[in-house]
Amino acid sequence: MYRIVKKELLAPTLNLFEIEAPLVARKALAGQFVILRINGEGERIPLTIADFDRAGGTITCVFQEVGKTTKELGALGEGDFLQDFVGPLGLPSHVENYGSVICVGGGVGVAPVFPIARALKEAGNEVVGIIGARTKELLFWEEKMRSACSELRVTTDDGSYVRKGFVTDLLREAIEEKKNTSLCVAIGPLPMMRAVCSLTREYGLKTIVSLNSIMVDGTGMCGCCRVTVGGETKFACVDGPEFDGHLVDFEEMARRAVIYKPQEQLAVARYVENHGHNCSCSCGGGR
Amino acid sequence: MAQKKIIVPYKNPMPVRDPLERVDNFNEVALGYSEEAVLAEAGRCLQCKNAPCRQGCPVEVDIPAFIGLVSQKDFSGAIRKLKEKNALPAVCGRVCPQESQCEKYCTLSKKYDAVGIGRIERYCADWELANGVLPQTVAPLTGKRVAVVGSGPSGLTCAADLAKLGHKVTIFEALHVAGGVLMYGIPEFRLPKAVVQAEIENLKKLGVEIIVNAVVGKFATVDELIEEEGYDAVFIGTGAGLPYFMQIPGENACGVYTANEFLTRANLMKSYCFPEYDTPLRVGERVAVLGGGNVAMDAARTALRLGAEEAWIVYRRSRLEMPARREEVEHAEEEGVKFAFLTSPTKILYNNDYWVTGLECLRYELGQPDASGRRSPVPIKGSEFLMEMDTVIVAVGQGPNPLVTRTTRGLECNKKGNIIANPETGATSKPGVFAGGDVVTGAATVILAMGAGRIAAKAINAYFGKKD
Ligand SMILES: Cc1cc2nc3c(=O)[nH]c(=O)nc-3n(C[C@H](O)[C@H](O)[C@H](O)COP(=O)(O)OP(=O)(O)OC[C@H]3O[C@@H](n4cnc5c(N)ncnc54)[C@H](O)[C@@H]3O)c2cc1C
Ligand SMILES: Cc1cc2nc3c(=O)[nH]c(=O)nc-3n(C[C@H](O)[C@H](O)[C@H](O)COP(=O)(O)OP(=O)(O)OC[C@H]3O[C@@H](n4cnc5c(N)ncnc54)[C@H](O)[C@@H]3O)c2cc1C
Ligand code: SF4
Ligand code: SF4
Ligand code: FES
Ligand SMILES: [Mg+2]
Repeated sequence: MYRIVKKELLAPTLNLFEIEAPLVARKALAGQFVILRINGEGERIPLTIADFDRAGGTITCVFQEVGKTTKELGALGEGDFLQDFVGPLGLPSHVENYGSVICVGGGVGVAPVFPIARALKEAGNEVVGIIGARTKELLFWEEKMRSACSELRVTTDDGSYVRKGFVTDLLREAIEEKKNTSLCVAIGPLPMMRAVCSLTREYGLKTIVSLNSIMVDGTGMCGCCRVTVGGETKFACVDGPEFDGHLVDFEEMARRAVIYKPQEQLAVARYVENHGHNCSCSCGGGR
Repeated sequence: MAQKKIIVPYKNPMPVRDPLERVDNFNEVALGYSEEAVLAEAGRCLQCKNAPCRQGCPVEVDIPAFIGLVSQKDFSGAIRKLKEKNALPAVCGRVCPQESQCEKYCTLSKKYDAVGIGRIERYCADWELANGVLPQTVAPLTGKRVAVVGSGPSGLTCAADLAKLGHKVTIFEALHVAGGVLMYGIPEFRLPKAVVQAEIENLKKLGVEIIVNAVVGKFATVDELIEEEGYDAVFIGTGAGLPYFMQIPGENACGVYTANEFLTRANLMKSYCFPEYDTPLRVGERVAVLGGGNVAMDAARTALRLGAEEAWIVYRRSRLEMPARREEVEHAEEEGVKFAFLTSPTKILYNNDYWVTGLECLRYELGQPDASGRRSPVPIKGSEFLMEMDTVIVAVGQGPNPLVTRTTRGLECNKKGNIIANPETGATSKPGVFAGGDVVTGAATVILAMGAGRIAAKAINAYFGKKD
């Protein structure tokens, strides 16, 4: 069993958990993920490692409540336990001194991009951070990101904070300004990563994305997470989750991401009905 | 001198649940012999002096001896005799391909039905589970620590034997439960999970520690287990968990599963209880399973149980060449699984939404026997035809998962990625590191994996003796 030692509500339906998992913390690196299961009836879901504390033996995850499992997770609090927590899975981000890099985090993608930006900066890169959210109250970790980057740029889709625009708008400006950028790392919702890739392709700027394909075991056993990259089938859990975004078949990914839509809708409707109300006030759904 | 025996030509039938009653649930299909039936079946054994049956058993169970004890109603003696060679009789009695192993060599099989060795074995093991497990003796602790990687039959057996010898064993398992394929692959209706878990509880009683959610190669490498964690030896029994594909177009379409995914969702994650259990599975109405082994049969039978209207086995050769256990093929057929023999898909078709719509297939005929004596299938020109399907399950084999082998210094593997190990000892190219089961042989059988675990335990014990 794995204890939740800290919970923080970063934004509505956006939670941060710090989880006691010394075996995972010991080896965790930027870019890797864990798979967890809440209880014996639960499904296995992957979450990216947003931070780790080797000495304290904890892993930080940030997750958005989108369906049954993440809502049930969001209803847990400090001191509660998760039945299963396995990692660190996937390959770590490739970190070296490229010179100048841009790290883009959209929505909940800010969390996984944070440790990568930090590692790239520690490796001597000039790191331009770009983060964005739909609206002001969904934006989080601005200060944390600022400390991990050489420079941070912020935007909201609706203009409720700093400026109005998409991360791709800021990205275009940054690329135009900094002609010497040699790598872009972009993590966020699939459409965002796809948009980033079509933009950076125009500039021939190599772009790494972190793919969220549906997973079960996370060890290369089931093949559920397969994606087509450069015409070849790859397993996101062991060959990734990071890939060269210019080679990813995003169309196929988008189709595979919704394979279980009907079942997911049923599960979440049933959950919400059984748990009274559907808020993110951490009341545990009125239990 | 024993009297001349009267030969009983037919095997006592195994009571099974009615096909119509069993296809919509996961309860065990074969119910096991009654005491009366097991005594009658044991009575068929001729107690042959040379015991040809033993040479067909990969671990050389003393078959006439244990069957003789059954005849005397000494079930505890019989199970003791079985366990001298076979650590998991409740499992092997159910899943060994007896017709190509022990029973194939039974004297009776030349003219009549072979003695139902597996069924008698299962009876003894179930008797033990029902009547309390026989006391096991554990030697005093030696101070040696062994890490076992993977908790399939090879790892479980190796761990049990080492623990009995007084070594402290820790099993590291990547998934959230121990048991390997016995838990995530072979379905409940063929091998109840309670049977596997009883064996695992037994192991814990011997003092074996099992750490689940521990992927070796990720949280620690084999080298680190030895150098940093101080294990004196390591046994690698990580199986063959990497799914192969046919390498035909369309394999990444929605609705195409590997058998591993399909069976893992169903068995390990209990999708058949969705939404009480959270893991979803979409079965579809017309399911094609590509392949002809046990894995394919399990997938097809599972699909029917989960509501598919039709489940097809699509196999390149003919019925005779199918590697699946005969009993499973018969059960599958009784349950309504359909077979397309001498057929192989060339393409998986899908619609604009990327969902599977069917298979484009070629018909085959059997050509000349090859070096192995098997007649190899040859495609018939111009025989293309279409099979409409909305789910495809690829069950064309598995290879070794590279997570451990790629992260272990100085561990030699063959071209396919299997660890190279001495068949007599399980020793690998790396001192103190032993391996066995599917990761060495490629996808094989439970009994072979178990036997390899046992051999390695013996060799690890000897290795400790030599080192001191
Ligand atoms: C490597 C990786 C890292 C991830 N990191 C994060 C993270 O840091 N924060 C975060 O909020 N989310 C992350 N996700 C996504 C997260 O796993 C899903 O949001 C979660 O599984 C949804 O579960 P649910 O039951 O709440 O929602 P559902 O309603 O069941 O699903 C919503 C959507 O999530 C996806 N999904 C469903 N089940 C799975 C599954 N077993 N594996 C992967 N995706 C699934 C599907 O696309 C689905 O349409 C990550 C996914 C991957 C693959
Ligand atoms: C669906 C199916 C049906 C079958 N039916 C039969 C049958 O009827 N009769 C028969 O005799 N055989 C059958 N087999 C074959 C048989 O199950 C295998 O040969 C046998 O289980 C191999 O045992 P093993 O110990 O080598 O590995 P496995 O049983 O594969 O176990 C390996 C274990 O190691 C774990 N592991 C892998 N990598 C790591 C890692 N890096 N760190 C930690 N743990 C790890 C895995 O999660 C797994 O639990 C079947 C196989 C399948 C898939
Ligand atoms: S272990 Fe398998 S092969 Fe050996 S006697 Fe038992 S059923 Fe036959
Ligand atoms: S060969 Fe058959 S009849 Fe002879 S001892 Fe073995 S099981 Fe009995
Ligand atoms: S999640 Fe099963 S192979 Fe990647
Ligand atoms: Mg879900």
